[in-house]
Amino acid sequence: MSSSKRAPGIDAVLRHPRELMIALLKNMVRIRRFEERCAVLYGETKIRGFLHLYIGEEAVAAGAIGALSPEDAIVATYREHGHALIRGVSPDAIMAEMFGKRAGCSRGRGGSMHLFDAAARFYGGNAIVGGGLPIAVGLALADKLQKRDRVTACFFGEGAMAEGAFHEAINLAALWQLPVLFCCENNLYAMGTALARSESQTELTVKAASYDVETASADGMDVVAVHEATVAALERVRSTQAPFFLEYKTYRFRAHSMFDPELYRDKAEVEEWKKRGPIHNFSARLKAQGLLTEEAFLDIDREAHEEVERAVAFAEAAEWETPEECFADVCAPETTG
Amino acid sequence: MSASQKITYREAARQALHEALTQDERVFLMGEDVGRYGGTYAVSKGFYDEFGPDRIRDTPLSELGFVGAGVGAALGGMRPVVEVMTVNFSLLALDQIVNAAALMRHMSGGQFNVPLVIRMATGAGRQLAAQHSHSLEGWYAHIAGIKVLAPATIEDARGMLRPALEDPDPVLIFEHALLYNMQGELPVDFSGVDIRHAAVRRTGKDVTLITYGGMLWKALEAAEQLAKDGIECEVIDLRVLRPLDDATIMDSVRRTHRAVIVDEGWRTGSLSAEVTARIVEQAFYDLDAPVARVCSEEVPMPYPKHLEDAALPQPEKIIRAVKGLFGKTDS
Repeated sequence: MSSSKRAPGIDAVLRHPRELMIALLKNMVRIRRFEERCAVLYGETKIRGFLHLYIGEEAVAAGAIGALSPEDAIVATYREHGHALIRGVSPDAIMAEMFGKRAGCSRGRGGSMHLFDAAARFYGGNAIVGGGLPIAVGLALADKLQKRDRVTACFFGEGAMAEGAFHEAINLAALWQLPVLFCCENNLYAMGTALARSESQTELTVKAASYDVETASADGMDVVAVHEATVAALERVRSTQAPFFLEYKTYRFRAHSMFDPELYRDKAEVEEWKKRGPIHNFSARLKAQGLLTEEAFLDIDREAHEEVERAVAFAEAAEWETPEECFADVCAPETTG
Repeated sequence: MSASQKITYREAARQALHEALTQDERVFLMGEDVGRYGGTYAVSKGFYDEFGPDRIRDTPLSELGFVGAGVGAALGGMRPVVEVMTVNFSLLALDQIVNAAALMRHMSGGQFNVPLVIRMATGAGRQLAAQHSHSLEGWYAHIAGIKVLAPATIEDARGMLRPALEDPDPVLIFEHALLYNMQGELPVDFSGVDIRHAAVRRTGKDVTLITYGGMLWKALEAAEQLAKDGIECEVIDLRVLRPLDDATIMDSVRRTHRAVIVDEGWRTGSLSAEVTARIVEQAFYDLDAPVARVCSEEVPMPYPKHLEDAALPQPEKIIRAVKGLFGKTDS
């Protein structure tokens, strides 16, 4: 994006206020520490079910969601802990949700894959690949019909682009000129199926462009690139009131879920990508530019740890929902008619 | 007796939609050919010019996409009425109906309800063959989190939409395609219907016929014939397929001691099976005969008229089933 703005030799981190750069770093570290703790808690069987870790992809949620305004809506996938966290959903409520407790952000009913928060306009937590895309179109349609100036950001993986839902949704958004930011987190694997083994056209922006929408691609391992690309894309969505497709090229360092033995990719490939780790590369850049000291980094890290430990303590102490409460809340208690 | 107007089921459905669009700005109609074309069954004829393309929204052939857009628009504060042309095509939208609309309230811890109405035509009887003749409303009635309505009368075609739109959760309305041309009386001072109760459409003391949708009229026809033979049928129109109104069913069965369920769906795993199970669970000791069922033959719907007729529940089959409960057989 906006490569014209980029003066050669000058690190992009210098184009922004230091506070923003530190905030982006902080948010990546928060996600990383939160999820590392989740993995441990999974081993301790405090967290059960499916747990899909975002480790390696933190730059995307941190960079993209930081660019949204509070009025915008977010529709996410089942790998959404980071998105919820950065969006401002309470870490306590997220962790309680992972534990299945009533104080969870979805009353503990959904767990890892179904984080919801009305106050944050966080619409899930959708565990059907591509399932959130048509919903995002509808949210944007409601905004357009009610003349509200907001954007719906819909996150999905590249695997979702093989689903009919993607094609139907982006066609509707383009046809009806709806303010949807399609945020494709291309981590190269749809569970265990590599992009080239699932898509005839592996250039995802080319696929999306066929619907006559503007597209861009960003380095999803670089939080500044993500942030800049997202800011620019959002500006286009707001000014054109039309959808925009933004690809974030990223990589998942951990397995697809806790059940995945990772037979489908070479360890060497994973190690190669880890060299591009979003947190250590970014903190190294900030240090090189004199924007961050090791001491400051350790403070950030400690705060992130403390946040997680508070959340774990909260989740541990929280109560379970009773079957009576849970089973009674399927439809509205008393309906008219 | 108050004055009434003679209208078709189509006109009744049309009046209901017109009223909703007029009274609530959040209501909009969306679906394939609802606008310029005027609606596949002409229910929304003229609406496009009257309400404009934003509120009478033609969609591409994208059932999954536009039903999901309906879910999203409902979440965003609108009151969408999504028309899926027929139940047959709703299979393309199942993920959004079942995994999104139905589950959202509960899964989100009660934070996000989906006040969405989905209308669709259903049923066979017009020689449209296997892929255009499904009767899957019983299938949808399996899903927790949605309400399923089957208006069989002019009053219900006119009245069910309003409470459906007032409902904070998803409501599916199944309109039997054979009913659109049916004429009937609607009181001029019609004040609405509920979407909670089954209705007794004919009283009788000897046997309860339980049915819904297009089959109501075949059941009533059978009841007329049986009356000539001295068997008085009570006919219950379920109206609401989910949640079922057990009280009305059991109250009748406890008086008549016999039940025959007439369901256009395939027998196996059908709504008729569910109603049977509930009668057995709740009124077993009141029964004087086994519960009987008249359903569609378990065959993909054939095209020729005589085969389609043979595959569907017909008054003669209902009469046979009823007489069987009294130890009588047709000679």
